[in-house]
Amino acid sequence: MNKKKLSNHLLSTPFYLWIGAFIVIPLFMIFYYGFTDKTGAFTLENITAMAEPWHFKALMISVVLSVISTIICFLLAYPLAYILSQMKVNSHQYVVFMFILPMWMNFLLRTLAWQTLIEKTGVINGFLTALGLPALRIINTNYAIVLGMVYNYLPFMILPLYNTLAKIDPSVVNAARDLGANSFITFKRIIFPLSIPGIISGITMVFVPSLTTFVISNILGGSKILLIGNVIEQEFTVACNWHLGSGLSIVLMMFIVVNMVLSMIFDKDGEANAL
Amino acid sequence: MIYKSLKRIYIGLILLFLYAPIITLIVLSFNASKTRSKWGGFTFDWYIELFQNEEIMSALGNTLIVALLSALIATIFGLIGCVAMQQLGRKGRSLITGITNIPMLNAEIVTGISLMLLFLSIGNILGKIGVRFQLGFMTVLISHITFNIPYAILSILPRMKQLNPSVYEAALDLGATKFTAFRKVVLPDLLPGISSGFLMAFTMSIDDFIITHFTKGPGFDTLSTKIYTELRKGIKPEMYALSTIIFVVVFILLLLVNHTPKEPNKKR
Repeated sequence: MNKKKLSNHLLSTPFYLWIGAFIVIPLFMIFYYGFTDKTGAFTLENITAMAEPWHFKALMISVVLSVISTIICFLLAYPLAYILSQMKVNSHQYVVFMFILPMWMNFLLRTLAWQTLIEKTGVINGFLTALGLPALRIINTNYAIVLGMVYNYLPFMILPLYNTLAKIDPSVVNAARDLGANSFITFKRIIFPLSIPGIISGITMVFVPSLTTFVISNILGGSKILLIGNVIEQEFTVACNWHLGSGLSIVLMMFIVVNMVLSMIFDKDGEANAL
Repeated sequence: MIYKSLKRIYIGLILLFLYAPIITLIVLSFNASKTRSKWGGFTFDWYIELFQNEEIMSALGNTLIVALLSALIATIFGLIGCVAMQQLGRKGRSLITGITNIPMLNAEIVTGISLMLLFLSIGNILGKIGVRFQLGFMTVLISHITFNIPYAILSILPRMKQLNPSVYEAALDLGATKFTAFRKVVLPDLLPGISSGFLMAFTMSIDDFIITHFTKGPGFDTLSTKIYTELRKGIKPEMYALSTIIFVVVFILLLLVNHTPKEPNKKR
């Protein structure tokens, strides 16, 4: 082995060892526990346990709520990202700054603050009753969980959308206009298709954490509504059944893998990455 | 004109939505009443008591040390990873990118659980030969480094791709050693990517709760896990004071960074 190769290996070996030991092996551990029982024998029970009514219900609620949250995030973020991308004065830095800054306040505290805002005797209801409007009753319901998801993950939708929209060459848009397209056609045929990588990236970044959260449902759902994240968390911290917890995690990962494959197909160059 | 003000109102509403809880927390940090739902008058007490609260201060210390070390080490690994990937073929490169991206794309709960399973198994094996290995600072640090590596790579790799290899070769031709050529020619060009990777990793580490929750073990707390245990018994108002201070400090720092005049950048 020549000297050049040796020095390269000296540098890269610790890196490969690290990702092998702490990314690849832990994933294998989940699969090992998921496909074995307490005696170490192979079983599919932990996987099929997802079909039990109790687990299946939690999974369905998670899927429905996270899909709704993702759609709301998209509908809120797209117009915003579009408006921001058209503002030439404000640099990229400022936009990122405005929407990244809230993340510096601990996310548990921010979610808890929503509890203060939407409680029965909370701030928002105080305003509503002062204005003579009916009070909001959403705390400890699915609506509150969706609100928490939209709130926490909206920036993850805004940033990739903004990045792809801001990168669109204005001359392409101008060309479409010169060729006689009106604003609607220009949007439909030029701007929207060019922003698809950002849309896919944003959907992934909102859907995956929403689907798997256990904290938001804990704080805003009053721990009555169990999401699949809550079920898995309890298997590990309360019930201490690692095998069942791992099996359910594997099923959960299937959703994520489908999402990852989709995003790889649509965003080959990784150009829509958030930052 | 109407269209323009509609746009402004829309941006304003979204910002209100994003900042409403933050304003709430700042207001609560000045609330003399201990309960969240009542306003008991204005006070600075929580800011004074904060610094006497040893539990919160040690959690803050842990959070900062883990964030600093994990961001630093992850950035170094990210840099090494980017260099290593340049020497691989197309297939090898996409394999390594795929693997390093796993902690970023996978659900945090799965990453947390998988690392916890690994650490507990290591603990079991070491326990049999009489070595004590427990969840705590080290396991949290290892986990944070691991999930920070993709963010570092994400920031450095695009810069790496823009590099002109002939500049590096020219430095070698002019007699520089490989290390000098890398340090003097390649590194300065990568620096913006490296620093944004570090910042990103630092932010991610500070804000992390889920992965820390699974890998921390009893007796070790960061701010997030401390808040989580306090959720049931009620958050101490000192916590609001601390998060207000952190928020204001970060706000000012980011404002300063974004306001630096462009000229020093050009000189570099």
